[in-house]
Amino acid sequence: MLADRDSSLGPMKDLVLYLTDVAGPLRFAPYELVAMVAMLLFGAVVVFGFVLPVAGITSWLERRVWARIQSRVGPNRVGPQGFLQWLADGLKNLMKEDIIPSAADPWLFALAPYLVVIGFVATFAVVPFGDVLVIADLDIGILYITAVTGLVVVGVLMAGWASNNKWSLLGGIRSAAQIVSYEIPAGLSIFPVVLLTGTLSMQEIIRAQGWAPWHWFLFHDPFTFAAFFVFFVAALAEGNRTPFDLPEAESELVAGFCTEYSGMRYLLFFLAEWGNLYVIGAIVTTLFLGGWQVPPVTEHPVALAVFQLATFFAKAYFFVFVAMWVRATLPRVRVDQLMILCWKYMVPIALVNVVGTAIWMVVVPTSLGRVVAIAMTIGGAALVVIFFRRVRFHLRRARLGPADYYYSPFI
Amino acid sequence: MGAALFLLVAALTVVAALGVILHPNPVKSALFLVVTLFLLAAVFVLLEAHMIAALQIIVYAGAIMVLFLFVIMLLNLRNDDPERGRRRYVLRGLAWIGGVALAIELALLVRGASVGSAGSAPAGYGGAAAVARSLYTDFLLPFELTSILLLAAVVGAVVLAQKQRRPTLS
Amino acid sequence: MEQLLLPAIDWLAVLPVGLTSILGLVLLALGLFVDDDETLGWITLIGLAVTAVATACLAGQKSITFNGTFALDAYALFFDLLFLVAGIVVVLMSMTYLEGTGIPSGDYYGLLAFAIAGMIVMASATDLIVVFLGLEIMSISVYVLAGAWRTQLRSNEAAMKYFLLGAFATGFLLYGIALVYGATGAFRLDRIATAVGDTPNRTMLIAGVAMLIIAFGFKVAAVPFHMWTPDVYEGAPTTVTALMAVAVKAAGFAAFVRVFLHGFGGLHADWSMLLWVIAALTMTVGNVLALAQRNVKRMLAYSSIAHAGYILVALVASGAAGGTAALFYLLVYSFMTLGAFGVVAALGSVGEPNETLDDYAGIGFRRPLLGVTMTIFMLSLTGIPPLAGFAGKFYVFTAAIREGYYVLAVIGVLNSAISSAYYVRVLIAMYLTPGAEEHGRVARQPYLLTSIVVSAVMTVVVGVFPALWMQLARFGFLSL
Repeated sequence: MLADRDSSLGPMKDLVLYLTDVAGPLRFAPYELVAMVAMLLFGAVVVFGFVLPVAGITSWLERRVWARIQSRVGPNRVGPQGFLQWLADGLKNLMKEDIIPSAADPWLFALAPYLVVIGFVATFAVVPFGDVLVIADLDIGILYITAVTGLVVVGVLMAGWASNNKWSLLGGIRSAAQIVSYEIPAGLSIFPVVLLTGTLSMQEIIRAQGWAPWHWFLFHDPFTFAAFFVFFVAALAEGNRTPFDLPEAESELVAGFCTEYSGMRYLLFFLAEWGNLYVIGAIVTTLFLGGWQVPPVTEHPVALAVFQLATFFAKAYFFVFVAMWVRATLPRVRVDQLMILCWKYMVPIALVNVVGTAIWMVVVPTSLGRVVAIAMTIGGAALVVIFFRRVRFHLRRARLGPADYYYSPFI
Repeated sequence: MGAALFLLVAALTVVAALGVILHPNPVKSALFLVVTLFLLAAVFVLLEAHMIAALQIIVYAGAIMVLFLFVIMLLNLRNDDPERGRRRYVLRGLAWIGGVALAIELALLVRGASVGSAGSAPAGYGGAAAVARSLYTDFLLPFELTSILLLAAVVGAVVLAQKQRRPTLS
Repeated sequence: MEQLLLPAIDWLAVLPVGLTSILGLVLLALGLFVDDDETLGWITLIGLAVTAVATACLAGQKSITFNGTFALDAYALFFDLLFLVAGIVVVLMSMTYLEGTGIPSGDYYGLLAFAIAGMIVMASATDLIVVFLGLEIMSISVYVLAGAWRTQLRSNEAAMKYFLLGAFATGFLLYGIALVYGATGAFRLDRIATAVGDTPNRTMLIAGVAMLIIAFGFKVAAVPFHMWTPDVYEGAPTTVTALMAVAVKAAGFAAFVRVFLHGFGGLHADWSMLLWVIAALTMTVGNVLALAQRNVKRMLAYSSIAHAGYILVALVASGAAGGTAALFYLLVYSFMTLGAFGVVAALGSVGEPNETLDDYAGIGFRRPLLGVTMTIFMLSLTGIPPLAGFAGKFYVFTAAIREGYYVLAVIGVLNSAISSAYYVRVLIAMYLTPGAEEHGRVARQPYLLTSIVVSAVMTVVVGVFPALWMQLARFGFLSL
């Protein structure tokens, strides 16, 4: 992508051009070198200023949400409502001793957490937060994400093996098997959307949708609707989230591949997990929920960008919340159930979705497609309404007093 | 910078490839192979073949190598060398002589070869659309045949690995 | 989205490979529901026979399709029919042989169909990439077939060895294709043929061609790339060995001849020297090592190496005479080898392979039909007139002499003389060695015996009336 430097530099191009101009402050340095340094600095700024806080805040959110579901309080001491807890935890872990077990393979043991973190940080390069708010709108965007997340598997396997500990090794191997298997339904569930848009670029996929739910690919046709669920479940499994968190099943494997890790390196794994949760939300939002598309209410570029950013974050964090909700609700599956779910149900369903979408594109005329989309949107809304009515019904039937449940977001 | 970057990546690729064959530990050999494949993907990027680079990482570094590592770790292979004693050194010596001879030969061959300037690639070259277009036009038959090949391979794997369905007479 | 312009496709050209692939799919699906091996065998037989008839009906058609990567010509049809007939004979053998082995027959026949589809692709391919894919479809199916008898340790060993060395050979093939592409900028044989004359990268091209020789040499089991052959042929189920010795080798030669005489015809002076040495080595090593074998299956493996050498002689001779002789020899070789392996299969049973020469003692009197047919095959393999083997060798050596390869022809004839020693030894064992008394009743082997008789009849018919078959081979080769 360096060869394609002009397009990948994006808005920084002017800055680099200014710096290396004949009269610029860095006129002695070659253009390419300055461009590379600028990209690296930009990357570092993005990682520290954006990616780490996103992952950290997700960790705080998870602990709070989980606590609320279990009628606990959760961290609420550091900062307002414990909001800065993640920062405190991060600082604490940074200052801890970096222990490398004597029997471990020191190089690989040290390297593994970085690979895992790189795997998730690199995905942020193509996540589009707004019409112009994207680092690099790659031609192969969605494939790029699939590719760099492959690094995570290598990192996890490396961590498991280098620890020289049987629980770690088992955890690593389980994780690798799980990720490699679930990559297939996840990848196949991307295809319906790619078929509909004819592009792999994240921005183009979003631009092919609209702000209204009936313009989303989620409600485009029954096959994309199914693909959405397959993708979300497969992505949860790829991210080692409950109910698919076998690689770190405490009751069987202590902490799986991170058993031997401590301090900052241990934290890096969790950073990647929380960050990955956000990436899952972002991809789902991009592929199926219209991404940053907003109603045409403002023309002002800054206001529009903020509005788009907020929309995108709201949608993405909704799915982060769903993942937490799932984690707090469902028990863990067994290894054989995990594999059966993937190979016997999700892969066939995903294949049907691909073929079905292709047939739908050819057979169904545009006007009928629009009607179906609106009908499906109404159906989806009806499902949500029915769900909340059921919840209310059960809460009422449980005869709980107002002291037992309340809707305040904070305690 | 393109040439310098290419030389750097190519040199690293060769170093990583040497690591694959020289490292005594099979797991680390496999990890070196992952690095090699990654660097090859980088070479593809330098050639502006972005799509192929992504596929290279997904298929090789992401899936195939993980299965390699998986198997090596499951079998728990550690610095194992099936050949022991003097025979091992004789074999190694022969392999080195043959390998170096081949390398010199190839170097001589390549030195005689003329490599034209590739020039700059047209817009959209190496992207998903370009790859798809050539797959469905120039390479349509290979593309379809690959599906038969993969099917045969999958069936073969299942035949060799499945449980015996019927008891044998022997 | 812009419209894609698909290349023009002549569906007739892909009819044989399409039908066999569909047959493979049907068999895989049926294998799940049909538990009767014989039914599945009949379905395979009918499928292959229908494909063979359809292929025969294409005779006279000539076209090239898929952007010039896939040819329908008499050459392809000749080989397609050869593969399909060999496939039919192998299926007949398998219908008896599979009993009691525990090999899942749906998968077995399915993979057999895929292997034949791969061979057909190899025979029709006019593009190196398509050659590679055909070769891989065939090879992968055959690797698995070789190891299909999973309870037999030596079957596992055969599959493992074949797979590892085959994968290595595939590496050579791909590297060779890459170098040829680097030198000529083309995968298509016609473009390569025009580019070889004036490429600036001649050395790279020669290196690529050498690698292709290694890869094809492995597939046709030419010395020094033959090391795997005896072990794999001995360990694989005998029916699969027959397929490997006949169809896989023929497919290897089909691609070999087309690529080298069509694509690299302009480099004949370069590669013929290399092939000269390989051909001489292959004949000599194959025959000399066969002398030392006590196991008939293993002996036949070395004999198949030696016969590859004779065909290579025809390839070295090149030209119309050499090419025709190669095709004719493959036809002849197929029937006699299929029959010989059929007899080996008929004498063995599950748990009792009965493959050594001692086991053959007195068979000629105990099983007269097998004795007579085996005599025909052995004499034909030696090259005794009026059997087919003689006609094949006659044309091959005539072609070599006509093109001026006298030394090679002499080596070939001397080798034929050596080979008579071990072929006749089988006959001596069968008729002149007193065997054990009859023990127990012999199982009924209707399909297997049919396949043996068919092969024997063909061996005699081709030997007595070679002109007609020679005409077919000439017709096939000249359409190239």
